[in-house]
Amino acid sequence: MYTMKYVPLREKVSLRTINTKKFKSNWLSITFSIPLEKETAALSALVPQVLRRGCARHPDMMALSAALDELYGGAIEPVVRKKGDTLCIGFVTSFLDDVYAPDGSAILEPAVALLSEILNAPATENGVFRADYVESEKQNQINNIRGQMNDKRRYATQRLAQIMCKDEPFGIDRLGTEADVAAITPASLWTQYQALLAQASIEVYYCGSADSARVEQSIDTLLRAIPADTQRVQTDCDVRISANPTPNVVEESMDISQGKLAMGFRTGGVSVWEPEYPALVMLNAIFGGTTMSKLFMNVRERLSLCYYASSTLEKMKGLVMVSSGVEFEKYEQAKTEILAQLDAIRRGEIEDWELEGARRIVVGSCLSTLDSQDRLEDFWLGQASAGLDEDMEALTARLEQVTREEVVAVANRLELDTVYFLKGLEV
Amino acid sequence: MQKLQFPRVGEEMYHQVMENGLNVFVSPKPDYQKSYAFFATNYGGMDMKFCLDGTWVDSPAGVAHYLEHKMFDTEDGNALQDLASNGASPNAFTSNSITGYYFESTEKFEENLKILLSFVSVPWFTKESVDKEQGIIGQEIGMIEDDPNWQVFMNLMAGMYHNHPIRVSVAGSVESISHITAETLYACHKAFYDPANMVLCVAGNVDATRVCEIAREILPKQAGPIAERDYGDNEPATVAKETISIQMEVSAPLFQLGFKGDVEGEDEAGQRQELLAELSSESLFGNSSPLYAKLYQQGLIDQTFSYGYESYTGCAFLCAGGESRDPQAVRVAILEEAERIAKEGIDEGLWSRIKKGCYGNRVRGLNSFENLCINQAQEFFRGRQFLTFPETFDTVEKKDAEQLIANWVTQERSALSIVTPKEGK
Repeated sequence: MYTMKYVPLREKVSLRTINTKKFKSNWLSITFSIPLEKETAALSALVPQVLRRGCARHPDMMALSAALDELYGGAIEPVVRKKGDTLCIGFVTSFLDDVYAPDGSAILEPAVALLSEILNAPATENGVFRADYVESEKQNQINNIRGQMNDKRRYATQRLAQIMCKDEPFGIDRLGTEADVAAITPASLWTQYQALLAQASIEVYYCGSADSARVEQSIDTLLRAIPADTQRVQTDCDVRISANPTPNVVEESMDISQGKLAMGFRTGGVSVWEPEYPALVMLNAIFGGTTMSKLFMNVRERLSLCYYASSTLEKMKGLVMVSSGVEFEKYEQAKTEILAQLDAIRRGEIEDWELEGARRIVVGSCLSTLDSQDRLEDFWLGQASAGLDEDMEALTARLEQVTREEVVAVANRLELDTVYFLKGLEV
Repeated sequence: MQKLQFPRVGEEMYHQVMENGLNVFVSPKPDYQKSYAFFATNYGGMDMKFCLDGTWVDSPAGVAHYLEHKMFDTEDGNALQDLASNGASPNAFTSNSITGYYFESTEKFEENLKILLSFVSVPWFTKESVDKEQGIIGQEIGMIEDDPNWQVFMNLMAGMYHNHPIRVSVAGSVESISHITAETLYACHKAFYDPANMVLCVAGNVDATRVCEIAREILPKQAGPIAERDYGDNEPATVAKETISIQMEVSAPLFQLGFKGDVEGEDEAGQRQELLAELSSESLFGNSSPLYAKLYQQGLIDQTFSYGYESYTGCAFLCAGGESRDPQAVRVAILEEAERIAKEGIDEGLWSRIKKGCYGNRVRGLNSFENLCINQAQEFFRGRQFLTFPETFDTVEKKDAEQLIANWVTQERSALSIVTPKEGK
């Protein structure tokens, strides 16, 4: 159905191609990975945003949009992602597959050329980024940081991660802080851009109908301006084994009508690198990862304690984070019940349908990733960040083998670290 | 069974009208792991007033959505869990005009399809379960009412429309849903969940004949009567209120600006208007337009700015919004740009690029089964064929877009909704 090829280009610079005809688009990304650090997060996150404003040949957004429209409405999106303690910045692009171009023209090569110009030949003044672009993208980034409080559900989970991992890189916001953004100058941003080009590890990813040889040839221009003989950084991830001796409880207030409860657990060192990882995926699904999970079925459906209750897994950090929307006065009750559900799993109270149902969902989710160009790209970026090469099919095979005992064993390693509650204003 | 071919977008589809009036569309996708089924009724939040068996009913706001929640209950339990335990990801949504139930799965497709068709067609409500749902939906309403993006959009609808039920929230209010009983739900199910008022769209590695056989096995054998609806008095062209502003806990002012359009015909001409309106909004304030670049440069809009065209039976509008330090200035700038376009026309080069861009984006959108099936269903309910859009693109001309902008984008047809940060913060 598809062929995959991994091509190491230089030390810590690589290309992965997935050749398949099933999509109507080509998906191409280039990602620069560096350790997430307070000093550089805001700068690094700003770099792709400013690059996206214009290049020497297409100096403003209108000109860039025009160039993209000419290529049948392609998208070149700046992205800033956090993979464990690693900051991944770059561009994700999607273009119409040549087959569907009404005039039969090739789209891949001009698309890569356009991306190269954005990345390698930015619009500059006085040898650095244009001050007006830097200023307006700084403002956008500050607005984005402030705007994180608009989605209260996400905000609560984000606050939980910040509080829980305040001494780990993961606790740093991928966009940095407002003050860090405000302090950026065109010169400091230019320096960081050069540092990224020279020091970051680089992953180029392609998925579409072009074969690997054509892709390798087309990305030649993309990598031309990237320094060849530099020392590129090794990224790492700090997995903490133990939680706080007694859970840290933090409450904050906002003018809202529904409370948001977020609870963070440490997995006792189980993360994507450990043999128990598939059991952890299963545990998360059984606990709160699906609509048939214990949290959904009991806390929401049976007891009506909340509108939603779910859990997510941070696979590199070994964190399980529960997110729930509750009425203020039901906070204690909901918290107690969420913990009771985890205790039930720890005692081995997992029905056959819960175990097998969770398995069908996680296996289905893995397999359907193969049908989605964006999810597949994100999966492979995660694997690259983790230094892993296991594909979805192999992970699926491991998930099929997980036993109830293994799930229970992982559940018993979970420790509550931090509880965060976003409540209403006192009246 | 009819085989429909759309070579320009590389799609084919099987179409069957069943004995009970249900329309089935199947897109074979042999290369894919997953399959997707979308079962929808032509019934949404705005269908509040209807006539069944000769009696007019004024149902409370939020019934269609409430019904959607309760449909998952079955005599034996809950269909959500049945599907989930087969590894399917099921869900449902209620929009202004339709209610859709769907699942995606990588295995046991036929079994899952049976569950889907069965729970949607067989209502099972008890007083207890309906009463209990009041709390859950009340919470959901509380949550969306906290969402400034939702508030700013609903206020825009209330500003633009005098009577059309698009003004009313699909979920209703805590008060309106308090009037909903098991009887209300049974009546609405009878009125709108008849196979003849529904469509089944499937995409995946599936056999179209088997899909029809399963539909025949599970669903009622005969078509029943379909309720007539009333969307109130015809809308005047002008808006109800030009500006609506409220305060909420937000970091920066949010706005939605709307321009009331002409109502679409329920046929191919409607599809043409849809494309035309999309291209017009791109020309006027889209990412490639001169105005967008100017507003962005001036810091009046940022990357939260988004825009589009929406249309339902009895209403159609262009809208644009996002965060802005001065939403009124954005409105003035857009109105001025529309005047300029009316006088000078759209730049030739811009128009041809925008057409290419919109075309490519539509084709790329077909990667998503969800997008394919939902659009197929919605267009079918409005008497159109979704995948003929390349042919429609061929017929759309620049002067038509200029005319549309000149007619719609005017002071009297515009409403502005704003959410500003609470004072004293």
